Parts: sequence; structure tokens; C-alpha cells
Amino acid sequence: MSNWRYWFAHNAGVLTAVVLFAAMFTLYISNHSAGLTPAVATTAANKAVLLALVAMAQTLPVLTRGLDLSVGMVFVMANCIASVIVVGTVGEGLLGIVAVLLIGALAGFINGAIVVWGRLQPIITTLATGAVYYGISLFVRPGPGGDVQSDIADLLTGQVFGVVPAALVVLFVVVLVVWIPYRRSVLGRAAYAVGSNEQAAYMSGVPVQKAKLLAYTLAGVLASIAGLMLTFNTYSGEASAPIAGTYTLNSIAAVVIGGTSLFGGWGSAIGSIFGAFVLRTIEDLLFVFDLPPLWQPLFQGVVLLLAVSLGAFRILRVRNRLELFS
Amino acid sequence: MTGVDTGAVRGPTLAARLGIDRSVTIAFGCILLILCGGALYSREFLSPEYLLQQLQVGAFLGIVASGAMMVILLGHIDLSIPWVVTLGAMMATAMVGWGGPAGVWLCIPFGVFCGAVVGVLNGLGVAYLRLPSMIFTLGMNAVVQGLMVLHTGGFAPLDQATEAMHFIAVQRSLFGIPNALFVWALVGAFVIYLLKRTAFGRAVYAVGNRESAAYLSGVNTNRVLIGCFAFSGAMAAFAGVLLAGYSNKAYQNMGDAYLLPAIAAVVLGGTNILGGKGNYLGTIAGVILITLLQSILSVMQMPEAGRQVIYGCVIIAMLLIYGRGAKARS
Repeated sequence: MSNWRYWFAHNAGVLTAVVLFAAMFTLYISNHSAGLTPAVATTAANKAVLLALVAMAQTLPVLTRGLDLSVGMVFVMANCIASVIVVGTVGEGLLGIVAVLLIGALAGFINGAIVVWGRLQPIITTLATGAVYYGISLFVRPGPGGDVQSDIADLLTGQVFGVVPAALVVLFVVVLVVWIPYRRSVLGRAAYAVGSNEQAAYMSGVPVQKAKLLAYTLAGVLASIAGLMLTFNTYSGEASAPIAGTYTLNSIAAVVIGGTSLFGGWGSAIGSIFGAFVLRTIEDLLFVFDLPPLWQPLFQGVVLLLAVSLGAFRILRVRNRLELFS
Repeated sequence: MTGVDTGAVRGPTLAARLGIDRSVTIAFGCILLILCGGALYSREFLSPEYLLQQLQVGAFLGIVASGAMMVILLGHIDLSIPWVVTLGAMMATAMVGWGGPAGVWLCIPFGVFCGAVVGVLNGLGVAYLRLPSMIFTLGMNAVVQGLMVLHTGGFAPLDQATEAMHFIAVQRSLFGIPNALFVWALVGAFVIYLLKRTAFGRAVYAVGNRESAAYLSGVNTNRVLIGCFAFSGAMAAFAGVLLAGYSNKAYQNMGDAYLLPAIAAVVLGGTNILGGKGNYLGTIAGVILITLLQSILSVMQMPEAGRQVIYGCVIIAMLLIYGRGAKARS
């Protein structure tokens, strides 16, 4: 029995996000004129999976007590590059996808290398590399446009068996192939250890440097998967700083809503996925409730602020005031 | 025993007292390097007129960076700068319409006041709710954005900047030195006084180094947090007011170009992003460095893509020279 209680306590953040999402999505569907049809679900999924992937990417550095402010830029860079090289036949398209993933991994690895070997602060490192990646996006695609291999795009943004949104399947596969093996690997555990206490982790012989490098590299890969999905959705690429900024900021919010601590060492990418879903559903809710368009940014801002303020409940549990200052 | 060197116990050297350390020296060295490089490209780079103009543009960034620095010294970060800049500009220009004759006089204080209010709210969230400043100021940024969209109705506001705003942002009244530079100098003098000569300034460094230790020493840490965030908000809004005077109007997204450069300027100036270490001289160097870098890249007609890449690379390269953290084993 105590195993169950332990499990609940450990996953309270994730469960809160799941419940919040379920409630909001039910509200959304019950007020939607069409109800839950595969088309409605696919549209919602296609939008939500983008942020979910970027939020997963953000989770990995955050777990090591870092931060990646360049995820949005890597996301946009992958989008721009994909709109150039994921074209032609299906085979060429697949080759292009592999190339985009490699570029994403390289971008993440550069972040990690500067943080690990350059010993710079992650915030400032990724702010600066973000500018570089944005410059590369502008170089690849000065104006919006481009194309994408339409067979792959249709396959990945449509429905599987005519019911399940393919984007959700992609997300599921990413969780299965990337997150779960990572979480169970030595370096994945090391990432949690580093996030909890880097000095202690180092003293215990945890591979601190490798763990950080892998976290940032995987973040680059996940962000570029999101960039690919964006390309498949829009059939074009655009080097847009506002899009990159919005995704970076929302990814941090999604991570927090999903129960991951910004102080590292606690949380999971699964929580971030549901955090992203919650954020996306808020936007959809504003749409079905016909809120005047001018009020929407304010409403979104207030909801975002309230959502992140949920973290303040931890101060009720603190018995010793000094624990607040960690 | 004789011959004991009584001079062994000395105070800090003159350089240290002025705040000149390795990072500040390197930052100023890089400024000279950029100027020399620019001079090779065109003689204009060393003309007083060009330099004064750069300082005038840099003054806006300098004022934003002054506020950002106070928050970074605490080990926190203020990501609400972009929309607080816009808030200051929009509220100041709108006040002219609301306040009637008095509005002309009230517009500048009102703009700054609005920024300070947002700053206080940021401070309350960080101090009492104990939320990470990065995420709370981010949410506040979104809220302010929503308010401003509502205020303008989604369109560009029609309000014009007043004479006074135009005067302090653009005109040159003394020896041809831009008034904006005097404003920055005043703000800078205030920050230096605050950090070096007041108990509040000591408390800022103390909280930045270890908040629990500062708390146990009797510092009202929450007051320090709120004070610094309020100052950051007020300065961002003040820069917005000046910008409105400079471009004669307030517009959406006018603050977007100030967040990254302000943080970069503070960090390039040797302030530790984890808090507790840094001095204002470095921030001045950082601001001038960033302004010159942006100016040179645009003078050389570098396309935006190349500008972003070089900008990012220079920041990384400079930090790799002197901003590196300690090794894990030490």
C-alpha cells in the first residue's frame, strides 16, 4: 500500500496536470459545436503536439538545474531547414528528416558543450546561441515560404485508422523511443542527480558532464522533431522570432505546470506534455466561449500567471522558514 | 621585533575601489578594439558626432540595464522588461489625453509609476509566493501585454509624445551633449550611490550571495527583493518613456529589442548571473560594448541573419574569455 502512496506523492504534479487537462478538454468538447469528431481531435492534437514536444525538450535541461532558452529558436531553425531539404520523393524526404534531426542534435550539443566545457551559465549561453540559431534560420529562409514532402506530411498530420490523430501517435512514439529509455538509462538518472545536487553527484562518481551534454543534445533533437511537425502542418518554413519566443516561454510554463521543479532534480517529461496540453486547451477554450479577441491576450496572461502561481502552494508545506531560501 | 611591515594591512587598492577588475578591463579593451576595427573600415567611427550619437542610443539601453542589473545582483532575473518598456511609453503618452493640462506634467512620472507598480507585483510574487523570478516575471510580461493590447484596441495608439519627453530623449542642451546621456548619468549615479553607500546596497549583495544568511543577519530580504524589482520595472518604463519621446510615439513590441541586450550588457560587464557579484562600471562597459557592436554590424550593412550570428558568437566568445564559472570539483 505504501508503494501506492509513494507513487501518488511522487507524481502529484503530473497527476494535477492530467486532471486539469481532462477537465478543460471535456469542457471544450462539450461546448464545441461538432463534439469530439476525429477532425476536431486531429486539429487540436496537431497544435498541441508541437508545444508538447518543445516542452519535453525544455524538461531535460531543467531536470539538470539548467535551462534552454534556445529551444524555440532550434524549433524555428528546424522548421526553416526542413522546408528546404525535406522535399522530393519519400526517400529523399526521409533522408532530409534524418538530416534535420542531426542538425537539431548538433545545435543541442553545442549548447551542452558550452555549458559543460565552457562553464558558462545555461541561461546566458542559450540566450546567445538562440540568437545564432535564429540568424541561421533567417539565412536559410529570409522570407516565409518553401515546401515539404506532402506524402510524409499528410501521413503524420492525418489520422491513423481514420480515428486516432497521427500527431498523437508520433508523440507517443517519441515518448517510447526517447523519454522512457532515457529515464531508465544511467545518464538519465545522473541528470536527476545533477539537478538535485551537482557537488554531491560529482563526489559520488556520477558522470556529471556526460549527463548534461546528453540532456542538452536530446533537447535539441526533441525541439527539431517539433520543428519538423510544424513544417508538416504548415507546408512552409518561416524564420519568425515571435514564434520562437512564444514557444520558448510557453515551454517553460508547460514544464512548471507539469510539476517539474525549475530548481532541478524533480519532475518528468510526461508532466510537461500534459502541461503543454493544458496551455493549448486554454486557447481553444477562449475560442469556443467567444471571448472578445481583444481580451484574449490578457486572459491568457492571467491564466498563465495563475497556473505558475500554483507552485506557491509548496510554501504551505514548509515548516522551517529557512527552507524557503533554497 | 623591528622591521615588521605595518603596511601589510591595506585597504583595497584604488582600482578595486573604483570597481575596475579583470572583466571590466577586458570589456573596455573590447570597446577600444571595436572602435579601432571600425576606424579601419571608416574614419567616421572616431568622430565625436558618431560617438555621441551611439551614447545617446546607448543611454536607453543603459537605463534598462541599470534596473536589470539590480535584479541580477539578487540572483534573479526580470523577463517582464519588454512589455514594461512598452507599458511606460503607452501610459505616458496616454496620460496626456487623460490628465488634460496637468497630464502634460504628469505623463513622465505616471509612466514610470506604472512600471514601478508592475515591478512591485513582480517583487511580491518572488518574495512572498517564493516563485522562481524567471517564470513569475514571464507571466507578468504576458499580463502586461494583454493589458496593453486591450488599452490600444489592437491598433497603434494615436497619442503623441509631449514636448518634455522629446526634450529629454532627443535634444542636446549643454555643449551638444545629448540630454538622454545626462539622464543615464543621473540614473547611474543613483545606482552607484545605492550599491556603494547605503545599507540597502549592501543588502542587495548579501541577498545575492546567500539569501538565508542575509535573512539570519537581520536583513529584511523581502523588502530588498521588492525594492529591486520595483526599481527594475521603473527603469524599464522610464526607458520606454524616453523611447516614446525619441520616436515621437508609442507602439507595440517597442520593448522587444531590449531584453536580451540588457541582460547581455549586464553579464558582459562582469556581473554574475547567479547574483552577489558585479559593479556598475562593468554594466556601463557592457552597454557601450553592445551598442557599438549593434551599430557597427548595421553600418557594415550586414544582413540581419549575419548580425544575429555574429552577435551571439561575440557574447559567447567574450564570456568564454572571462565569465567562466568554477569547476565542479573545486
